[in-house]
Amino acid sequence: MADLRDTIDSQKDPGADGGSRFGFTRPGREGIPALLVKVLFLGIVIGTAIALTPALVGERSWVFLTGIWVITAVLVATYATGRALPAKYLVPGTLMLALFVVYPIVLTAQTSFTNYGDGTRNDKQTTVDRIVGSSVVRSDDSPQYNLTIATDGDPASGPFTYFLVPQDDPETVYEGTEEGLEEDPEGVTLDNGRVSAIEGYTILNIRQVSDASDALDEIAVPTDSGSFIVRDGTSEAFEGAPTLVYDEDAETITDTRTDTVYTARQQGDREFFVDDEGERLSDQSWTANVGWRNYERIFTDSRISSSFFGIFVWTVVFATASVIGTFLLGLFFAIALNDPRVRGQKIYRALLILPYAIPGFISLLLWSSFYNQDFGLINQLTGLDVNWFGGATTAKIAVLLTNLWMGFPYMFLVSTGALQAIPGELKEAATIDGAGGIAGFRRITLPLLLVTVAPLLVATFAFNFNNFGAIFLLTGGGPFTPDNPTAGGTDILISYTYRLAFGAGGVQIGFAAAVSVVLFVVTGLIAALQFRATRSLEDVN
Amino acid sequence: MRRYARTLGPAAAMMLAMTAAACGGGSGSSSESSSSDSTSSPSAEGGSGGDADLLVWTDSLKIDAVTEVAEAFGESNGIEVEVQAISEDLQGSFVTADAAGNGPDVVVGAHDWMGNLVQNGAIEPLNLTPDELSGYSEKAVQATTYDGKLYGVPYGIEALALYRNTEIVPDEPASMDEAIQAGQAAVEAGEVDSALNLPVGELGDAYHMEPILTSFGGYIFRYDESTGYDAQDVGIGKEGSVKAAQEISRLAKAKVLRTSISGDNSIALFTSGKAAFLVSGPWALSDVKKAGFEYAIQPVPGFDGQQAAEPFMGAQAFMVAANGKNKDIAQEFVNNGVNSEEAMMTLFEGTQLPPAMTAVQEQVDDPDLTVFTEAANAAAPMPAIPAMASVWEPLGKAYSAIVSGKDPVATIRSAGDTINKNIADAG
Repeated sequence: MADLRDTIDSQKDPGADGGSRFGFTRPGREGIPALLVKVLFLGIVIGTAIALTPALVGERSWVFLTGIWVITAVLVATYATGRALPAKYLVPGTLMLALFVVYPIVLTAQTSFTNYGDGTRNDKQTTVDRIVGSSVVRSDDSPQYNLTIATDGDPASGPFTYFLVPQDDPETVYEGTEEGLEEDPEGVTLDNGRVSAIEGYTILNIRQVSDASDALDEIAVPTDSGSFIVRDGTSEAFEGAPTLVYDEDAETITDTRTDTVYTARQQGDREFFVDDEGERLSDQSWTANVGWRNYERIFTDSRISSSFFGIFVWTVVFATASVIGTFLLGLFFAIALNDPRVRGQKIYRALLILPYAIPGFISLLLWSSFYNQDFGLINQLTGLDVNWFGGATTAKIAVLLTNLWMGFPYMFLVSTGALQAIPGELKEAATIDGAGGIAGFRRITLPLLLVTVAPLLVATFAFNFNNFGAIFLLTGGGPFTPDNPTAGGTDILISYTYRLAFGAGGVQIGFAAAVSVVLFVVTGLIAALQFRATRSLEDVN
Repeated sequence: MRRYARTLGPAAAMMLAMTAAACGGGSGSSSESSSSDSTSSPSAEGGSGGDADLLVWTDSLKIDAVTEVAEAFGESNGIEVEVQAISEDLQGSFVTADAAGNGPDVVVGAHDWMGNLVQNGAIEPLNLTPDELSGYSEKAVQATTYDGKLYGVPYGIEALALYRNTEIVPDEPASMDEAIQAGQAAVEAGEVDSALNLPVGELGDAYHMEPILTSFGGYIFRYDESTGYDAQDVGIGKEGSVKAAQEISRLAKAKVLRTSISGDNSIALFTSGKAAFLVSGPWALSDVKKAGFEYAIQPVPGFDGQQAAEPFMGAQAFMVAANGKNKDIAQEFVNNGVNSEEAMMTLFEGTQLPPAMTAVQEQVDDPDLTVFTEAANAAAPMPAIPAMASVWEPLGKAYSAIVSGKDPVATIRSAGDTINKNIADAG
């Protein structure tokens, strides 16, 4: 014990030799290996930042670029200089907290004020481009041409010329430029219905065509019938024209065949291009800010609010029962196996940890099939004929039983550890004072145990409160009643949210983010209350 | 703290996906600038695709066949191709990656994704000539056409059929009623546990129930030759669906339909000889072949005195991504690399899906696959419209509730109301 205290004391004092072991002290006082590690580490950090910079500049992601260089600067400032010793310990954790906890929460909160989801993933300009760009229609009598793209300049920048041979008339050649089509250009070699060489021109290969595709998109080769030559891949083309035109000033799309004008109008939580009768041009919409609308929907949509309370109660019951059940069972085994009179302690302990060693999703799927009414293991072994997942009560019992099996090894582990940390003298003293057996356990062991275990119980409660996997893989939230297929008998808030957001009607990330923020606040409040309650336990010490 | 970290995992993953999307959205705000960037530094945006000239995404079952076709195309054009298998949620991953500009150039997937992909602006229409299109079975083209435009080149088609264990039921039933009677006789004789393995499950399975619904004149969305499926005309809750619901309830009381039989165990129970009949698709064929008993396959028959059963038909297709880095090469690959008899033959041999190209269909001499081809050609394409997402869950759960003993008429009507409300809510 005294040795340990010495070590702690020497770590507390940065001036003592303890600091140099971590290689983070003033320059000049550290060993060569520590210096090398430091140089290597900072080199990797700076190198990564430099390597990412061109890509981010290319993408114009200025926010990310700034973020990366700020992090780099903070790391270099902290570790390359001898100042700010506490920061050397605090910076990594703080950065991780900011990156993986605070940043996602901020993003979720931001997203919760938008209608982001299926159908609204793009901005308005991209959506308009997509709608208009997809409206190209092949002219009725258009032949399919074999296309050769060539240039008398540079293959990357042009100018480009199209050489076209109709597939149904392989002897005719057209030269297509922005002036139009011209028949029988000079100096052309034909090979198998395709132009294979032109005097004074370089023919672009498939890779060059792909690289030049933006420049090629700018070229409009008009035809006599009023349409254009449209590239179809890299080796073919046809005559066609877009049937939709976007008017930027009026922000309307016009169908040139029917002269129908489509204007952007709100329908539900998003805008669509619709005609006068409200008929949509396309199902494509775009991302927009919707203010508090998602939050309003949580509290005003009758389907959501009607099931919300019942599901909330079951979530609390599920989390509480899971914590208490697993703790009691784990503690029971821990105490039983902690008695020195038990033989083969190690084997029993190893066996009891097995459920914890199997990946959760595998055991959950297995358990799910165990409960099958006609072919499941449980009914076959016990001779029962219970339709476990068919009724809400039996399904809830099944979920709790399975979660008990999944969770008790963890509690067994922490209880065993905590029991062994309780000094033997204390128990001895208690026995001498007359508190043996149950009284000794209740007054001495349990309070000391709870000091260590209580925070873990709170954490387990929070985990089970959002234990999506246990519900989703076991019952899928079911059973469902026919009048409400969105709220099932074993649904907890998170599985219910998942179904609302991703189940019917496509992915609604904005709405899901709003529900997540509400859940975050609820879970946070409950955890805060519980931690306050556990603080009283510390008085025992 | 570790326990907290585990709960935050899914949220963090979602956030990361959205970060990626947001980051891509920012750069795409002026589409011209971002596309000119990609020409100057094609690898700068480099997602997982690296430097390949053509990146294809597919699932892990089809990757070998797709790789073969893509590499043949790459070799004949002198370019680098890369094929990647996305094993989990290919559609969702593709939509997210494409919006972020990290997606593939071509995606291989099911035709019923198209409504969602088009809605998200993730795929581009194709321009095959009418001549080329006539080389495919009519239903395959119908399935891959959305909003009047072709969005994919189909290579495989699939639909449900009826598998029969001929050692238990030797004679081919002419109707569903005959099949069920023969199956029930086998159950009573103690030869099998289940007369007919039609997956229901606790959460319902609207896909496998479709033959029963259509045989009684029910439908999900009204189909129109020129405009496709109409999301405003939902058939659930109307007369045909009510008759189907009553029949489902009757079959459940007779222990033919059971919630204990689901998509997870129906094939395994049949191949272990515990069921007389199985309703499933071509994906069950290899398991059934290995089962070690004689079997026969026929299109799912209708019920006595009712219409023919019409299961859903699905088409697997190659689609061109709207935000790919090599769109021209992608179009070229789909137009000429995939759209050929040779490539279609490779895809058929590699995936063992009934082919979509008629010339390849004629060359297949496997009688089992011919049944599936016929079944697919007689079936109705699964609706690809986004409104279909509002149907699967409520309808499946209604079927499951009816099988569990709920009142069929009230349940199916209430499911119809829910579906209509979902569609209205979805905007």
